[in-house]
Amino acid sequence: MRDPLDGLLMNLLQQDFPVCPEPYKVLGEQLGISEQEALERTRRLKENGYIRRLGGVFDSGRLGYVSVLCAAQVAPDDIPAVTEAVNRCIGVTHNYLRQHDYNVWFTVTAESEARRDAIVDELESLPGIQRFMRLPAVARYKIRAVFDMQGVTADE
Amino acid sequence: MNEMDAVDRAIVRLLQEELPLVLNPYGVLAEQAGVSETEFLERMNALRASGRLRRVGAILHHRKSGYGANALVVWRVPEERMDAVGKAVAEFPQVTHCYFRESSDADWKYNLYSMVHSSDTERCREIVEAIAESVGLSEYAMLFSTQELKKTSMKYFASENV
Repeated sequence: MRDPLDGLLMNLLQQDFPVCPEPYKVLGEQLGISEQEALERTRRLKENGYIRRLGGVFDSGRLGYVSVLCAAQVAPDDIPAVTEAVNRCIGVTHNYLRQHDYNVWFTVTAESEARRDAIVDELESLPGIQRFMRLPAVARYKIRAVFDMQGVTADE
Repeated sequence: MNEMDAVDRAIVRLLQEELPLVLNPYGVLAEQAGVSETEFLERMNALRASGRLRRVGAILHHRKSGYGANALVVWRVPEERMDAVGKAVAEFPQVTHCYFRESSDADWKYNLYSMVHSSDTERCREIVEAIAESVGLSEYAMLFSTQELKKTSMKYFASENV
């Protein structure tokens, strides 16, 4: 079980981990706890599986990378093989099975349009793919995967 | 934006992994990057100023954290309304991603893509209905995820030799 202070800490950790020599001192001050306790609570949240990763969150476009969302229609029997091939690509960061005729949705990110398109071309030609579509972004309105943890009952 | 040099790329490679769980994580990483902690932090600030580094933060495991349901909700929006609608949908806190996309499939009619997260499927549906009513859209589909097949952070500058 986690206590309410952990919920507050998780919100702070998600939004803006301090960039300074003593980040846990800053977090501790915001929560009314010691630097050491802020670190220990963070460690426990990581050990107990709440935190997937604590680190830098980058804007791939500004780093010079390009990406595209792809969707494939794959027969149930072919899903394992297609999944394995898609997941093997380092450029694929997200891959989800969804409830729709287009049931496999994944993103491809690469250092250049040529590289990205080459990866997508290869994946599109995988056996088992019945239909395939590319969904390049025209405009971005939001990218902010921050979840309010105050008052949320954890799935434990 | 200023050009990035080899040290900047090394910093990106280090930060895209896990921050060491110690009181001075940046001091530890600075050593690995071969620079002082002060320089490391200065370069981080420059990366933030240019928008390359959006933030340093924790990414949670959704399910463990109580957000068990996620749906890709796709909407059909008349193009002349797209900007206004995209921004309005993005306002909802349960929407984490919102993009206007084109499709290579001519039969596919949806053009606005939003990720909606909630504690369960029912609650997700309620939120989507509220969004639909609020922005005045009736053509949409909720594509619930049944399995997370892969979810990682991108590894930038992976092929470069240090």
